[in-house]
Amino acid sequence: MISRIFGWLFDPANTGAIVSRTLEHLQYSVVALALAALIAIPAGMYVGHTGRGRFAVVNLAGAARAIPTLGLLYLMVLLLGPRLTGDVAFLLPNLLVLVVLAIPPILSGTYAGIDEVDPAARDAAKGMGLTGREVLLRVEFPCALPLVFSGLRSALLQVVATATIAATAGLGGLGRFLIDGLAVRDFPQMAAGAILVAVLALLCDLVFGLAQRYAVSPGISGRTRRRTRRARRERDADSGASASRTERDRLDAGASAS
Amino acid sequence: MTWFLSHLDDVGVFLAWHVYLSAVPLVLGLAIALPLGYLARRYRWLYPPLILGTGLLYTIPSLAIFILLPLLLGTQILDPINVLVAMTVYTIALLVRTVADGLAAVPDEVLLSATAMGYKRFSRLLRVELPLAVPVIAAGLRVAAVSNVSIVSVAAIIGVSQLGSLFTDGFARAFLAPIVVGIVACVLLALALDLLILAAGRALTPWLRNRRAS
Repeated sequence: MISRIFGWLFDPANTGAIVSRTLEHLQYSVVALALAALIAIPAGMYVGHTGRGRFAVVNLAGAARAIPTLGLLYLMVLLLGPRLTGDVAFLLPNLLVLVVLAIPPILSGTYAGIDEVDPAARDAAKGMGLTGREVLLRVEFPCALPLVFSGLRSALLQVVATATIAATAGLGGLGRFLIDGLAVRDFPQMAAGAILVAVLALLCDLVFGLAQRYAVSPGISGRTRRRTRRARRERDADSGASASRTERDRLDAGASAS
Repeated sequence: MTWFLSHLDDVGVFLAWHVYLSAVPLVLGLAIALPLGYLARRYRWLYPPLILGTGLLYTIPSLAIFILLPLLLGTQILDPINVLVAMTVYTIALLVRTVADGLAAVPDEVLLSATAMGYKRFSRLLRVELPLAVPVIAAGLRVAAVSNVSIVSVAAIIGVSQLGSLFTDGFARAFLAPIVVGIVACVLLALALDLLILAAGRALTPWLRNRRAS
Protein backbone atom coordinates (compact mmCIF):
# COMPACT_ATOMS: atom_id res chain seq x y z
CA MET A 1 0.00 0.00 0.00
CA ILE A 2 2.78 2.41 0.95
CA SER A 3 4.52 1.80 -2.35
CA ARG A 4 1.28 2.45 -4.22
CA ILE A 5 0.89 5.78 -2.44
CA PHE A 6 4.41 6.82 -3.33
CA GLY A 7 3.84 5.46 -6.82
CA TRP A 8 0.91 7.87 -7.10
CA LEU A 9 2.87 10.76 -5.60
CA PHE A 10 5.80 10.39 -7.98
CA ASP A 11 3.84 9.38 -11.07
CA PRO A 12 4.77 12.00 -13.71
CA ALA A 13 1.14 11.92 -14.88
CA ASN A 14 0.10 13.43 -11.53
CA THR A 15 2.84 16.05 -11.18
CA GLY A 16 0.90 18.79 -12.98
CA ALA A 17 -2.22 18.23 -10.87
CA ILE A 18 -0.22 18.12 -7.64
CA VAL A 19 1.53 21.41 -8.40
CA SER A 20 -1.63 23.23 -9.46
CA ARG A 21 -3.69 21.88 -6.53
CA THR A 22 -0.95 22.86 -4.07
CA LEU A 23 -0.80 26.37 -5.52
CA GLU A 24 -4.61 26.62 -5.33
CA HIS A 25 -4.55 25.52 -1.71
CA LEU A 26 -1.84 28.03 -0.86
CA GLN A 27 -3.70 30.76 -2.70
CA TYR A 28 -6.95 30.22 -0.77
CA SER A 29 -5.11 29.99 2.53
CA VAL A 30 -2.96 33.08 2.00
CA VAL A 31 -5.84 35.20 0.68
CA ALA A 32 -8.09 34.17 3.58
CA LEU A 33 -5.36 34.73 6.14
CA ALA A 34 -4.43 38.12 4.68
CA LEU A 35 -8.05 39.31 4.68
CA ALA A 36 -8.57 38.05 8.22
CA ALA A 37 -5.34 39.71 9.38
CA LEU A 38 -6.37 43.01 7.74
CA ILE A 39 -9.51 42.96 9.85
CA ALA A 40 -8.33 41.28 13.04
CA ILE A 41 -4.94 42.92 13.67
CA PRO A 42 -6.20 46.53 13.64
CA ALA A 43 -9.27 45.47 15.65
CA GLY A 44 -7.09 43.63 18.17
CA MET A 45 -4.76 46.63 18.39
CA TYR A 46 -7.70 48.90 19.05
CA VAL A 47 -9.16 46.66 21.75
CA GLY A 48 -5.77 46.06 23.37
CA HIS A 49 -4.83 49.75 23.33
CA THR A 50 -8.13 51.19 24.53
CA GLY A 51 -9.43 48.25 26.56
CA ARG A 52 -12.83 48.67 24.92
CA GLY A 53 -14.67 45.50 23.91
CA ARG A 54 -12.28 43.28 25.89
CA PHE A 55 -15.07 41.04 27.14
CA ALA A 56 -16.41 40.49 23.62
CA VAL A 57 -13.00 39.54 22.23
CA VAL A 58 -12.19 37.05 24.97
CA ASN A 59 -15.55 35.31 24.60
CA LEU A 60 -15.56 35.43 20.81
CA ALA A 61 -12.48 33.24 20.64
CA GLY A 62 -14.02 30.60 22.89
CA ALA A 63 -17.38 30.64 21.16
CA ALA A 64 -15.84 30.44 17.67
CA ARG A 65 -14.04 27.25 18.62
CA ALA A 66 -17.33 25.56 19.47
CA ILE A 67 -18.89 26.13 16.05
CA PRO A 68 -18.35 23.04 13.87
CA THR A 69 -16.44 24.21 10.80
CA LEU A 70 -17.99 21.63 8.48
CA GLY A 71 -21.53 22.72 9.36
CA LEU A 72 -20.69 26.41 8.96
CA LEU A 73 -19.11 25.69 5.57
CA TYR A 74 -22.16 23.84 4.21
CA LEU A 75 -24.57 26.37 5.67
CA MET A 76 -22.76 29.25 3.95
CA VAL A 77 -22.53 27.49 0.59
CA LEU A 78 -26.21 26.56 0.67
CA LEU A 79 -27.27 30.03 1.79
CA LEU A 80 -25.04 32.13 -0.47
CA GLY A 81 -24.40 29.76 -3.38
CA PRO A 82 -27.79 30.12 -5.11
CA ARG A 83 -27.50 33.91 -5.04
CA LEU A 84 -24.25 33.88 -7.00
CA THR A 85 -23.39 32.59 -10.45
CA GLY A 86 -20.51 30.64 -11.95
CA ASP A 87 -17.37 29.66 -10.02
CA VAL A 88 -17.89 32.49 -7.54
CA ALA A 89 -20.94 30.62 -6.21
CA PHE A 90 -18.58 28.08 -4.59
CA LEU A 91 -15.50 30.24 -4.15
CA LEU A 92 -17.00 33.16 -2.27
CA PRO A 93 -18.92 31.35 0.51
CA ASN A 94 -15.96 29.04 1.14
CA LEU A 95 -13.48 31.91 1.29
CA LEU A 96 -15.85 33.81 3.55
CA VAL A 97 -15.92 30.92 6.03
CA LEU A 98 -12.12 30.65 5.93
CA VAL A 99 -11.82 34.37 6.73
CA VAL A 100 -14.42 34.15 9.50
CA LEU A 101 -12.59 31.20 11.08
CA ALA A 102 -9.21 32.91 10.88
CA ILE A 103 -10.34 36.12 12.60
CA PRO A 104 -10.84 34.97 16.24
CA PRO A 105 -7.33 33.51 16.82
CA ILE A 106 -5.60 36.56 15.25
CA LEU A 107 -7.87 38.97 17.09
CA SER A 108 -7.37 37.37 20.49
CA GLY A 109 -3.63 36.92 19.90
CA THR A 110 -3.18 40.59 18.99
CA TYR A 111 -5.36 41.73 21.85
CA ALA A 112 -3.61 39.51 24.41
CA GLY A 113 -0.18 40.57 23.13
CA ILE A 114 -0.93 44.26 23.52
CA ASP A 115 -2.77 43.77 26.79
CA GLU A 116 0.25 42.02 28.31
CA VAL A 117 2.83 44.62 27.34
CA ASP A 118 4.85 45.60 30.39
CA PRO A 119 3.15 48.73 31.80
CA ALA A 120 6.62 50.13 32.55
CA ALA A 121 7.48 50.08 28.83
CA ARG A 122 4.22 51.84 28.03
CA ASP A 123 4.80 54.48 30.69
CA ALA A 124 8.37 55.01 29.55
CA ALA A 125 7.16 55.59 25.99
CA LYS A 126 4.59 58.09 27.23
CA GLY A 127 7.21 59.78 29.35
CA MET A 128 9.38 60.20 26.28
CA GLY A 129 6.55 62.21 24.74
CA LEU A 130 5.11 59.66 22.31
CA THR A 131 1.46 60.15 21.42
CA GLY A 132 -1.08 57.38 21.96
CA ARG A 133 -0.81 56.27 18.34
CA GLU A 134 2.99 56.24 18.47
CA VAL A 135 2.96 54.23 21.70
CA LEU A 136 0.71 51.69 20.00
CA LEU A 137 2.66 51.41 16.75
CA ARG A 138 6.23 51.74 18.00
CA VAL A 139 6.11 50.14 21.44
CA GLU A 140 3.00 48.09 22.10
CA PHE A 141 2.70 46.37 18.71
CA PRO A 142 6.37 45.34 18.40
CA CYS A 143 6.20 44.00 21.97
CA ALA A 144 3.02 42.10 21.12
CA LEU A 145 4.47 40.48 17.99
CA PRO A 146 5.18 37.03 19.53
CA LEU A 147 1.52 36.61 20.43
CA VAL A 148 0.35 38.18 17.16
CA PHE A 149 2.40 35.52 15.40
CA SER A 150 1.06 32.70 17.53
CA GLY A 151 -2.43 33.92 16.61
CA LEU A 152 -1.51 34.06 12.92
CA ARG A 153 -0.03 30.57 13.05
CA SER A 154 -3.02 28.94 14.68
CA ALA A 155 -5.28 30.79 12.24
CA LEU A 156 -3.19 29.53 9.32
CA LEU A 157 -3.42 25.91 10.53
CA GLN A 158 -7.15 26.32 10.91
CA VAL A 159 -7.42 27.76 7.40
CA VAL A 160 -5.26 25.07 5.74
CA ALA A 161 -7.28 22.33 7.47
CA THR A 162 -10.63 23.88 6.64
CA ALA A 163 -9.66 24.56 3.02
CA THR A 164 -9.09 20.79 2.77
CA ILE A 165 -12.58 20.07 4.04
CA ALA A 166 -14.00 22.76 1.76
CA ALA A 167 -13.21 20.51 -1.21
CA THR A 168 -16.44 18.66 -0.34
CA ALA A 169 -18.27 21.96 -0.86
CA GLY A 170 -16.81 22.56 -4.30
CA LEU A 171 -13.55 24.34 -3.51
CA GLY A 172 -10.35 23.33 -5.32
CA GLY A 173 -7.03 22.74 -3.58
CA LEU A 174 -5.38 19.62 -2.20
CA GLY A 175 -8.62 18.50 -0.57
CA ARG A 176 -9.77 17.49 -4.06
CA PHE A 177 -7.41 14.50 -4.03
CA LEU A 178 -8.93 13.31 -0.75
CA ILE A 179 -12.51 13.85 -1.80
CA ASP A 180 -12.21 12.65 -5.40
CA GLY A 181 -10.21 9.64 -4.21
CA LEU A 182 -12.91 8.88 -1.66
CA ALA A 183 -15.63 9.09 -4.32
CA VAL A 184 -14.01 6.40 -6.48
CA ARG A 185 -12.43 4.42 -3.58
CA ASP A 186 -8.94 5.26 -4.85
CA PHE A 187 -7.11 4.93 -1.56
CA PRO A 188 -3.59 5.70 -2.85
CA GLN A 189 -4.82 9.03 -4.20
CA MET A 190 -6.57 9.85 -0.90
CA ALA A 191 -3.54 8.96 1.21
CA ALA A 192 -1.20 10.86 -1.11
CA GLY A 193 -3.49 13.89 -0.83
CA ALA A 194 -3.52 13.56 2.95
CA ILE A 195 0.28 13.42 3.02
CA LEU A 196 0.52 16.49 0.78
CA VAL A 197 -1.88 18.45 2.99
CA ALA A 198 0.01 17.46 6.14
CA VAL A 199 3.33 18.48 4.57
CA LEU A 200 1.85 21.77 3.35
CA ALA A 201 0.53 22.55 6.84
CA LEU A 202 3.90 21.76 8.43
CA LEU A 203 5.78 23.87 5.86
CA CYS A 204 3.39 26.83 6.27
CA ASP A 205 3.87 26.70 10.04
CA LEU A 206 7.64 26.47 9.56
CA VAL A 207 7.68 29.52 7.24
CA PHE A 208 5.71 31.51 9.80
CA GLY A 209 8.01 30.31 12.57
CA LEU A 210 11.00 31.59 10.59
CA ALA A 211 9.23 34.86 9.75
CA GLN A 212 8.56 35.28 13.44
CA ARG A 213 12.27 34.89 14.22
CA TYR A 214 13.09 37.70 11.82
CA ALA A 215 10.18 39.98 12.66
CA VAL A 216 10.33 39.85 16.44
CA SER A 217 12.94 42.08 17.99
CA PRO A 218 15.74 40.01 19.60
CA GLY A 219 15.27 41.99 22.78
CA ILE A 220 11.75 40.58 23.09
CA SER A 221 12.26 37.01 21.98
CA GLY A 222 15.20 36.72 24.38
CA ARG A 223 17.65 35.46 21.78
CA THR A 224 20.38 38.01 22.48
CA ARG A 225 20.00 37.85 26.21
CA ARG A 226 21.32 34.32 26.20
CA ARG A 227 24.96 35.37 26.38
CA THR A 228 24.47 37.89 29.17
CA ARG A 229 22.20 35.47 30.95
CA ARG A 230 24.88 32.83 31.01
CA ALA A 231 27.16 35.31 32.73
CA ARG A 232 24.45 36.13 35.21
CA ARG A 233 23.66 32.49 35.80
CA GLU A 234 27.06 32.08 37.37
CA ARG A 235 25.98 34.51 40.03
CA ASP A 236 22.50 33.18 40.78
CA ALA A 237 21.89 29.83 39.26
CA ASP A 238 18.13 29.84 39.01
CA SER A 239 17.05 33.29 37.85
CA GLY A 240 18.06 32.76 34.21
CA ALA A 241 15.99 29.63 33.93
CA SER A 242 12.96 31.26 35.51
CA ALA A 243 13.26 34.26 33.18
CA SER A 244 13.14 32.01 30.13
CA ARG A 245 10.19 30.18 31.66
CA THR A 246 8.03 33.26 32.03
CA GLU A 247 8.73 34.06 28.40
CA ARG A 248 7.44 30.66 27.41
CA ASP A 249 4.43 30.90 29.72
CA ARG A 250 3.45 34.13 28.06
CA LEU A 251 3.52 32.48 24.64
CA ASP A 252 1.55 29.52 25.94
CA ALA A 253 -1.08 31.81 27.31
CA GLY A 254 -1.42 33.21 23.82
CA ALA A 255 -1.58 29.78 22.23
CA SER A 256 -4.31 28.62 24.55
CA ALA A 257 -6.16 31.91 24.31
CA SER A 258 -6.44 31.54 20.58
CA MET B 1 -38.04 22.67 14.07
CA THR B 2 -40.58 20.27 12.58
CA TRP B 3 -37.73 18.41 10.89
CA PHE B 4 -35.96 18.14 14.24
CA LEU B 5 -39.04 16.76 16.01
CA SER B 6 -39.70 14.17 13.34
CA HIS B 7 -36.07 13.01 13.33
CA LEU B 8 -35.54 13.00 17.08
CA ASP B 9 -34.38 9.35 17.10
CA ASP B 10 -31.73 9.85 14.40
CA VAL B 11 -30.38 12.95 16.07
CA GLY B 12 -30.27 11.08 19.38
CA VAL B 13 -28.20 8.25 17.89
CA PHE B 14 -25.85 10.71 16.17
CA LEU B 15 -25.50 12.63 19.42
CA ALA B 16 -24.65 9.46 21.36
CA TRP B 17 -21.93 8.61 18.81
CA HIS B 18 -20.64 12.17 18.90
CA VAL B 19 -20.38 12.10 22.70
CA TYR B 20 -18.57 8.74 22.52
CA LEU B 21 -16.13 9.91 19.84
CA SER B 22 -15.28 13.22 21.52
CA ALA B 23 -15.43 12.38 25.24
CA VAL B 24 -13.61 9.03 25.36
CA PRO B 25 -10.50 10.56 23.70
CA LEU B 26 -10.52 13.27 26.36
CA VAL B 27 -10.21 10.65 29.11
CA LEU B 28 -7.64 8.58 27.20
CA GLY B 29 -5.70 11.67 26.16
CA LEU B 30 -5.59 12.97 29.72
CA ALA B 31 -4.45 9.57 31.00
CA ILE B 32 -1.55 9.57 28.50
CA ALA B 33 -0.74 13.28 28.75
CA LEU B 34 -0.37 13.21 32.55
CA PRO B 35 2.71 10.95 32.65
CA LEU B 36 4.17 12.58 29.51
CA GLY B 37 3.66 16.05 30.95
CA TYR B 38 5.20 14.93 34.21
CA LEU B 39 8.26 13.58 32.37
CA ALA B 40 8.58 16.82 30.40
CA ARG B 41 8.58 18.70 33.69
CA ARG B 42 10.81 16.29 35.59
CA TYR B 43 13.49 15.98 32.91
CA ARG B 44 14.07 19.42 31.40
CA TRP B 45 15.77 18.08 28.28
CA LEU B 46 12.60 16.18 27.40
CA TYR B 47 10.47 19.34 27.34
CA PRO B 48 11.48 20.78 23.93
CA PRO B 49 11.28 17.50 21.94
CA LEU B 50 7.99 16.45 23.57
CA ILE B 51 6.36 19.85 23.05
CA LEU B 52 7.69 20.14 19.51
CA GLY B 53 6.63 16.59 18.64
CA THR B 54 3.10 16.95 19.97
CA GLY B 55 2.91 20.39 18.33
CA LEU B 56 3.74 18.85 14.97
CA LEU B 57 0.97 16.27 15.43
CA TYR B 58 -1.46 19.07 16.10
CA THR B 59 -0.45 20.75 12.83
CA ILE B 60 -1.74 17.89 10.68
CA PRO B 61 -5.25 18.62 9.36
CA SER B 62 -7.93 16.35 10.81
CA LEU B 63 -9.17 14.94 7.51
CA ALA B 64 -5.61 13.91 6.63
CA ILE B 65 -5.22 12.11 9.98
CA PHE B 66 -8.55 10.32 9.56
CA ILE B 67 -7.40 9.01 6.18
CA LEU B 68 -3.81 8.16 7.10
CA LEU B 69 -4.50 6.40 10.42
CA PRO B 70 -6.01 3.24 8.87
CA LEU B 71 -2.65 2.78 7.13
CA LEU B 72 -0.75 2.90 10.42
CA LEU B 73 -3.29 0.95 12.47
CA GLY B 74 -4.30 -1.58 9.83
CA THR B 75 -7.97 -0.77 10.40
CA GLN B 76 -10.78 -0.23 7.89
CA ILE B 77 -11.26 3.38 6.85
CA LEU B 78 -14.86 3.39 8.13
CA ASP B 79 -13.85 2.08 11.55
CA PRO B 80 -14.75 4.62 14.29
CA ILE B 81 -11.54 3.52 16.04
CA ASN B 82 -9.61 5.76 13.61
CA VAL B 83 -11.54 8.79 14.79
CA LEU B 84 -11.10 7.74 18.41
CA VAL B 85 -7.33 7.43 17.99
CA ALA B 86 -7.05 10.68 16.00
CA MET B 87 -8.95 12.63 18.64
CA THR B 88 -6.84 11.06 21.39
CA VAL B 89 -3.71 12.20 19.54
CA TYR B 90 -5.06 15.76 19.28
CA THR B 91 -6.00 15.73 22.97
CA ILE B 92 -2.51 14.55 23.95
CA ALA B 93 -0.97 17.21 21.70
CA LEU B 94 -2.90 19.93 23.55
CA LEU B 95 -2.54 18.54 27.06
CA VAL B 96 1.13 17.51 27.37
CA ARG B 97 2.18 21.13 27.38
CA THR B 98 -0.66 22.13 29.70
CA VAL B 99 0.23 19.41 32.23
CA ALA B 100 3.94 20.27 32.11
CA ASP B 101 3.26 23.98 32.57
CA GLY B 102 0.61 23.35 35.23
CA LEU B 103 3.08 21.28 37.25
CA ALA B 104 5.80 23.89 36.67
CA ALA B 105 3.53 26.58 38.11
CA VAL B 106 3.41 24.89 41.53
CA PRO B 107 5.47 27.18 43.80
CA ASP B 108 8.81 25.84 45.00
CA GLU B 109 8.01 26.66 48.66
CA VAL B 110 5.00 24.34 48.46
CA LEU B 111 7.17 21.51 47.15
CA LEU B 112 9.76 22.10 49.85
CA SER B 113 7.15 22.14 52.63
CA ALA B 114 5.54 18.98 51.27
CA THR B 115 8.92 17.27 51.26
CA ALA B 116 9.58 18.54 54.77
CA MET B 117 6.24 17.07 55.86
CA GLY B 118 7.49 13.68 54.74
CA TYR B 119 5.88 13.25 51.32
CA LYS B 120 7.83 10.90 49.06
CA ARG B 121 8.18 11.88 45.41
CA PHE B 122 5.17 9.91 44.10
CA SER B 123 2.74 10.75 46.89
CA ARG B 124 3.85 14.38 46.71
CA LEU B 125 3.03 14.38 43.00
CA LEU B 126 -0.32 12.72 43.55
CA ARG B 127 -1.48 14.62 46.62
CA VAL B 128 0.21 18.01 46.34
CA GLU B 129 1.42 18.83 42.82
CA LEU B 130 -1.44 17.41 40.75
CA PRO B 131 -4.23 18.92 42.87
CA LEU B 132 -2.54 22.31 42.65
CA ALA B 133 -2.18 21.94 38.87
CA VAL B 134 -5.88 21.07 38.44
CA PRO B 135 -7.01 24.60 37.43
CA VAL B 136 -4.43 24.79 34.62
CA ILE B 137 -5.05 21.23 33.43
CA ALA B 138 -8.83 21.74 33.55
CA ALA B 139 -8.47 24.88 31.42
CA GLY B 140 -6.51 22.90 28.81
CA LEU B 141 -9.03 20.08 28.94
CA ARG B 142 -11.87 22.53 28.27
CA VAL B 143 -10.10 23.80 25.15
CA ALA B 144 -9.53 20.20 24.03
CA ALA B 145 -13.16 19.24 24.69
CA VAL B 146 -14.61 22.11 22.70
CA SER B 147 -12.29 21.67 19.72
CA ASN B 148 -12.77 17.86 19.78
CA VAL B 149 -16.52 18.28 19.33
CA SER B 150 -15.92 20.43 16.25
CA ILE B 151 -13.23 18.20 14.73
CA VAL B 152 -15.19 14.96 15.22
CA SER B 153 -17.90 16.28 12.88
CA VAL B 154 -15.35 16.34 10.04
CA ALA B 155 -15.23 12.53 10.18
CA ALA B 156 -18.67 12.50 8.55
CA ILE B 157 -16.91 13.16 5.23
CA ILE B 158 -15.28 9.75 5.31
CA GLY B 159 -18.55 8.17 6.45
CA VAL B 160 -18.20 7.76 10.22
CA SER B 161 -21.65 8.67 11.48
CA GLN B 162 -22.18 11.23 14.27
CA LEU B 163 -23.70 14.72 14.35
CA GLY B 164 -21.51 15.66 11.38
CA SER B 165 -23.57 13.26 9.28
CA LEU B 166 -26.38 15.81 9.54
CA PHE B 167 -24.11 18.27 7.71
CA THR B 168 -23.15 15.92 4.86
CA ASP B 169 -26.72 14.66 4.60
CA GLY B 170 -28.21 18.16 4.53
CA PHE B 171 -25.60 19.37 2.05
CA ALA B 172 -26.17 16.43 -0.30
CA ARG B 173 -29.89 17.23 -0.41
CA ALA B 174 -29.43 21.04 -0.29
CA PHE B 175 -31.60 21.00 2.83
CA LEU B 176 -30.83 23.49 5.61
CA ALA B 177 -32.79 22.03 8.54
CA PRO B 178 -30.43 19.13 9.40
CA ILE B 179 -27.39 21.40 9.07
CA VAL B 180 -28.82 23.96 11.48
CA VAL B 181 -29.89 21.22 13.92
CA GLY B 182 -26.39 19.72 13.70
CA ILE B 183 -24.67 23.03 14.38
CA VAL B 184 -26.90 23.76 17.36
CA ALA B 185 -26.43 20.24 18.74
CA CYS B 186 -22.63 20.48 18.34
CA VAL B 187 -22.47 23.87 20.08
CA LEU B 188 -24.69 22.63 22.92
CA LEU B 189 -22.61 19.48 23.33
CA ALA B 190 -19.41 21.54 23.41
CA LEU B 191 -20.99 23.82 26.01
CA ALA B 192 -22.14 20.84 28.10
CA LEU B 193 -18.68 19.22 28.11
CA ASP B 194 -17.13 22.60 28.89
CA LEU B 195 -19.40 23.13 31.89
CA LEU B 196 -18.89 19.54 33.05
CA ILE B 197 -15.10 19.96 33.12
CA LEU B 198 -15.44 23.37 34.76
CA ALA B 199 -17.63 21.83 37.49
CA ALA B 200 -15.27 18.87 37.94
CA GLY B 201 -12.30 21.24 38.20
CA ARG B 202 -14.08 23.25 40.89
CA ALA B 203 -15.10 20.13 42.78
CA LEU B 204 -11.46 19.01 42.82
CA THR B 205 -10.22 22.35 44.16
CA PRO B 206 -12.40 23.08 47.22
CA TRP B 207 -9.74 25.39 48.67
CA LEU B 208 -10.24 27.85 45.81
CA ARG B 209 -13.96 28.13 46.48
CA ASN B 210 -13.75 30.39 49.53
CA ARG B 211 -11.26 32.62 47.80
CA ARG B 212 -13.63 32.99 44.86
CA ALA B 213 -16.55 33.85 47.12
CA SER B 214 -14.73 36.56 49.01
